[in-house]
Amino acid sequence: MMNLDKSKKYWNPYLGGVMLGLVLLAAIYTAGRGLGASGAVKSVLVTGMEAVAPSHVENTPFYKDYFASHSGNPMKSWLVFEMLGLVVGGFLSGAFAGRLKFKVEHSPKITSRKRIIFALLGGIFFGLGSQLGRGCTSGAALSGMAVLSLGGFITMIFIFGTAFALAYFARKLWI
Amino acid sequence: MGPLTVYEIISANTNLVLAFIIGIGFGFVLESSGFSSSRKLAGMFYGYDTTVLKVFFTAAITAMVGTLIFALLGWLDLSVIYINPTYLWSAILGGAVMGAGFILGGFCPGTAFCALSIGKLDALAFIGGLFIGVFLFTEAYPVFEGIYKAEFMGAPFVYDALGMSRGVFAAIMIIAAFGMFWLGEWSERKFPRDEY
Repeated sequence: MMNLDKSKKYWNPYLGGVMLGLVLLAAIYTAGRGLGASGAVKSVLVTGMEAVAPSHVENTPFYKDYFASHSGNPMKSWLVFEMLGLVVGGFLSGAFAGRLKFKVEHSPKITSRKRIIFALLGGIFFGLGSQLGRGCTSGAALSGMAVLSLGGFITMIFIFGTAFALAYFARKLWI
Repeated sequence: MGPLTVYEIISANTNLVLAFIIGIGFGFVLESSGFSSSRKLAGMFYGYDTTVLKVFFTAAITAMVGTLIFALLGWLDLSVIYINPTYLWSAILGGAVMGAGFILGGFCPGTAFCALSIGKLDALAFIGGLFIGVFLFTEAYPVFEGIYKAEFMGAPFVYDALGMSRGVFAAIMIIAAFGMFWLGEWSERKFPRDEY
């Protein structure tokens, strides 16, 4: 029934979870902070805006707040270096497992074009939500839960809860 | 005593090198666990593939238990670890908006970069969306500022909020995680779907 040969290529999820937990523990032990992803996107955006529209950055409340609370070059941050590593690590795993391939992954019921549009739309929501929620699934939810922060649990519950609540309406994209 | 960078056992630059190495581990584990596939991630919400639940909660309890053991052994000073501040409404609203993004886009930010690293072009579109979303927030910041800073609660621990000790909460977490793993295994048997 299930295509087992293909699924075997991925690690057992519990092993994957223990390994991810150890990576997270290494981050906490060395840097005193958890993993993250959306913060690196913000660093790149702030750097880009500073280069393209410096006067706009000087006069916009968000950037003023950002520079008041962050010193130094936004690209020289822990999260930016961690995300560069993430891309290298993902590539290495894909290379070892023979999964390197340019493709648009989508359900057989929808076109690549539709998938791309919804991926873009989903990204917009996630980008906005991660700023509002002060971090994404990695930074706010997973790392927050590991250090037992109340905010981490709340954000985790609302990310997964909302996705479950809306799953019925998005079913044609996936099943 | 850790965290190494806080106690200045390693320099700020060494910390960045370690960030890169830790990132390699992060990306490698995500990809090896199947998090580079949006359809595998989305399977969580239809019950046919609960890898997300299993990896996420196994990771959370592993890191939680590891942190507690490190603290007990005197290797880690828990009082200086970064605890994200809790602003109740932004945590709720931000989470809900991210949930909508998850079900529409099939990725979260970390998994999208991981998927892009092996050539998924839908992940590239999602990342483009991330930049637009962050940009919308920064430009419309005055609109969001009120809710963004509302109901500030400091950086509370979940066990304090629930009125229990750290150890008791950790034990409940572990039991709850095993309950969810059982539910995940049951769900995958009930809603099977071919791999793609």
